[in-house]
Amino acid sequence: MEPLSPLVAIAGGLLIGTAAAIFLLLTGRIAGVSGMTAVATRISSSGTPWSQAAAFVIGLPIGAALIAAFVRTPDVLITASPAVLIIAGLLVGVGTRLGNGCTSGHGVCGMARLSPRSIAATVTFMAAAILTVFVARHVIGG
Amino acid sequence: MRNLLPALIVGVIFGAGLVLSDMVNPARVQAFLDVAGAWDPTMMFVMGAALLPSALAYLVHRRMQQPLLADQFFIPRNGPIDRPLLIGAALFGIGWGMAGFCPGPAVAGLVLGIWQVWLFVAAMLVGMILHRFANARFSKMSASAA
Repeated sequence: MEPLSPLVAIAGGLLIGTAAAIFLLLTGRIAGVSGMTAVATRISSSGTPWSQAAAFVIGLPIGAALIAAFVRTPDVLITASPAVLIIAGLLVGVGTRLGNGCTSGHGVCGMARLSPRSIAATVTFMAAAILTVFVARHVIGG
Repeated sequence: MRNLLPALIVGVIFGAGLVLSDMVNPARVQAFLDVAGAWDPTMMFVMGAALLPSALAYLVHRRMQQPLLADQFFIPRNGPIDRPLLIGAALFGIGWGMAGFCPGPAVAGLVLGIWQVWLFVAAMLVGMILHRFANARFSKMSASAA
């Protein structure tokens, strides 16, 4: 895998953070993807109103398509088998609902306001993810 | 209604950032998580850069009476660091490490024409539905126990 220029990574990160910033200052809400996905699909009804959550969630793939079409086609390298993807998806679905957020809500928004809950959640999911990759690659796979 | 277009535009900017920063690439994310292997710092730059505008907006919001397009701010109250938070975050982290996908990149990546992304998102939605039913059942049980 080619290294990505840190400047491009920073530009991408600034876009993500700017989106969260605009969302807070305009609508007063936290740009959390797991929560808004649950609301947009009518799985949950708490938090952001449905229409607003649906508009945000629809915007995500539109933005992705724009960059892929006009700036850079991303290399998407998936090594996980279908069975692993299903188990991982189930864990991400249950875990983000139980823990009230994911990388965006806790990581980008909660950490930025130094919320103790979000810092605890972010440290926990980062540690769990690092441990999982370590076990998969260097214990089982190694 | 007045919040629909802003929400859509915010989603577009967010999705654009996820692709530009290569966060839609599970191999890139897992390479960051693989601290004992060929570590890739990309996600550190992405997270660091994302935190800046986000923190700035939080500071600005404190000086505002209300958001520009709504009547009030909806910032989650700082509740206790409880078991559901930590267990949920741990389960999420395990799934994230296994697949290299978290919800944002997975939903944004639906448009890239890769069937595995659809499989992951479908399983994620099933997981969210399972949580909803388990939660409803658990609340009913604790209500009848009380």
